[in-house]
Amino acid sequence: MKLVRMRPGRGDVLLAEGDPDVAEDEERLIEAFRRQLDLGMWAAVPTAQHGRREAVMVRDFAEVPRDAERVVFYPPASGG
Amino acid sequence: MEAVEHRARELLRAALAAEDFDAYDRLGFLSVPGRGDPSSGYAYLVYPHRPLIAYETRTGRLLSEYCVRFRDAGGRLPDADDVLAKWLALQGRERELIATANLNPPGHQLDPDHVRRDLARLAEWRASRHLDSAAR
Repeated sequence: MKLVRMRPGRGDVLLAEGDPDVAEDEERLIEAFRRQLDLGMWAAVPTAQHGRREAVMVRDFAEVPRDAERVVFYPPASGG
Repeated sequence: MEAVEHRARELLRAALAAEDFDAYDRLGFLSVPGRGDPSSGYAYLVYPHRPLIAYETRTGRLLSEYCVRFRDAGGRLPDADDVLAKWLALQGRERELIATANLNPPGHQLDPDHVRRDLARLAEWRASRHLDSAAR
């Protein structure tokens, strides 16, 4: 699983990577996840179900499917 | 293409269905069905760094412009990341995204004729893909 964040001028930046089924990795992933949410970022997990690509927004690491390839963090939306 | 935009496009490619990425690659925008349901009757045109355009899928009638942005430390995301952020938010937080956006009638920022031409381009592109896959 990769946790990436979209950044201006850089594209996506890798924040953390690991296997959530490995305790040490999971701890690191959770910490990185929480830090982004504390910063106010939105978090989404792109998924593939029944041949369709979708995405779910997540607010807690427990909501991230264990087999998710990546979690994408990005700035919250504001009116333009 | 600069490296940052290329990187952003690769992330977009990884998230989208091949057909949707191909649409963005060829047309410069996406169409995302309302409520994630192609039978909802409406969809959004998603351009990089431009308002979302809601339209009726059956008639092509333009409904509204929703101006929304994703700013980080005052900076702008690469074009493909902006498109991905909108796609992700429409998938998972459509109501919240729309409620956050500045709502305007069609024509406020984007020329409605330009948008209608884009809808026609989208229809042509979809038809050509259908023909291609039928021919195989």
